[in-house]
Amino acid sequence: MASIEVNGKNLDVDEEGYLENLNDWVPEVATVMAKLDDTELTDAHWEVINFLREYYDEYQIAPAVRVLTKAIGKKLGKEKGNSKYLYELFPYGPGKQACKYAGLPKPTGCV
Amino acid sequence: MSTLHTVNKSSYERDSLEACVRLAAKGGSVLLIEDGVYSAMSGGDKASVIENAKADLNFYVLGPDMKARGISEDRLIDGVKVVDYKGFVELTVENDKVSAWL
Amino acid sequence: MSDAKKFMYINRKAPYGTIYAWESLEVVLIGAAFEQDVSLAFVDDGVYQLMKNQDTTEVGIKNFSPTYSALGDYDINKIYVEKESLEARGLTLDDLQHLVWEDEDDDWAEKDSIRVVTSAELAEIFEQQDVVLSF
Repeated sequence: MASIEVNGKNLDVDEEGYLENLNDWVPEVATVMAKLDDTELTDAHWEVINFLREYYDEYQIAPAVRVLTKAIGKKLGKEKGNSKYLYELFPYGPGKQACKYAGLPKPTGCV
Repeated sequence: MSTLHTVNKSSYERDSLEACVRLAAKGGSVLLIEDGVYSAMSGGDKASVIENAKADLNFYVLGPDMKARGISEDRLIDGVKVVDYKGFVELTVENDKVSAWL
Repeated sequence: MSDAKKFMYINRKAPYGTIYAWESLEVVLIGAAFEQDVSLAFVDDGVYQLMKNQDTTEVGIKNFSPTYSALGDYDINKIYVEKESLEARGLTLDDLQHLVWEDEDDDWAEKDSIRVVTSAELAEIFEQQDVVLSF
């Protein structure tokens, strides 16, 4: 099985790089994963990552992109609740990439 | 000789519990597990299955399966006892054999 | 929206004992991406899926009951519960989770998603559907 090294520990990930075990997540997981994608995480990224973690905590699922976009718009403002803003932050897809950094499974419905 | 009967299906979906109480010898014990725990709730049409048999049989319900399904103890038919996993083991030890009604 | 089809998912199984309830929920969420007109019906033991206060800690199974609260975010706000099924089980609407959706066209007002309907009413609702999927 593949793994990534975070804080000196090897954490299992699946073939697409998602954490195998939700409970392994620490903020450094996101930093390490982003580095592998040549991405430097900013506050704007963290806003979305933290939002996703809260969403999962409440509903036990990673939201679909459409749902994420709408919910971000409601919580963080209209200027952030649109695909353009989210895709600029997460060019591999706000659902897939942000969920991965947040330690969540791939969004339900994401193929 | 005594038997512990386990039933893991809802009596609203299958007749396992009805078959069990019809065929269980007097003095036996019936433990409701998994979806079987719904049968231990009072107020429903099938509550009569246990109501009519509880004089002859001892009824138990597995607490963790009850909690998983959102059933609180005050909803149980009078006389049905809640056991945890340890209680489950004790029941299997106390009885001579276990008969599972699927 | 004129080409949207009416999809009905019928849920008849209790949660946890079998995988049907969770499978249905996943299919519903995946299907929601296609922006169809989706309704859910809970009948027979399916009504148990919506029970309040589910706590699976001790059985070690994922508690997916909080996920029903996300259905509103997915624009799924027609959740029919059969009255006869509730009554047969000694349950009332109070035993079920309170599910709501926010109406974007009404200043995000929270509205109830669950509608308790009789068998006869449900039969008519089923008759109006284009696609019916049963779990």
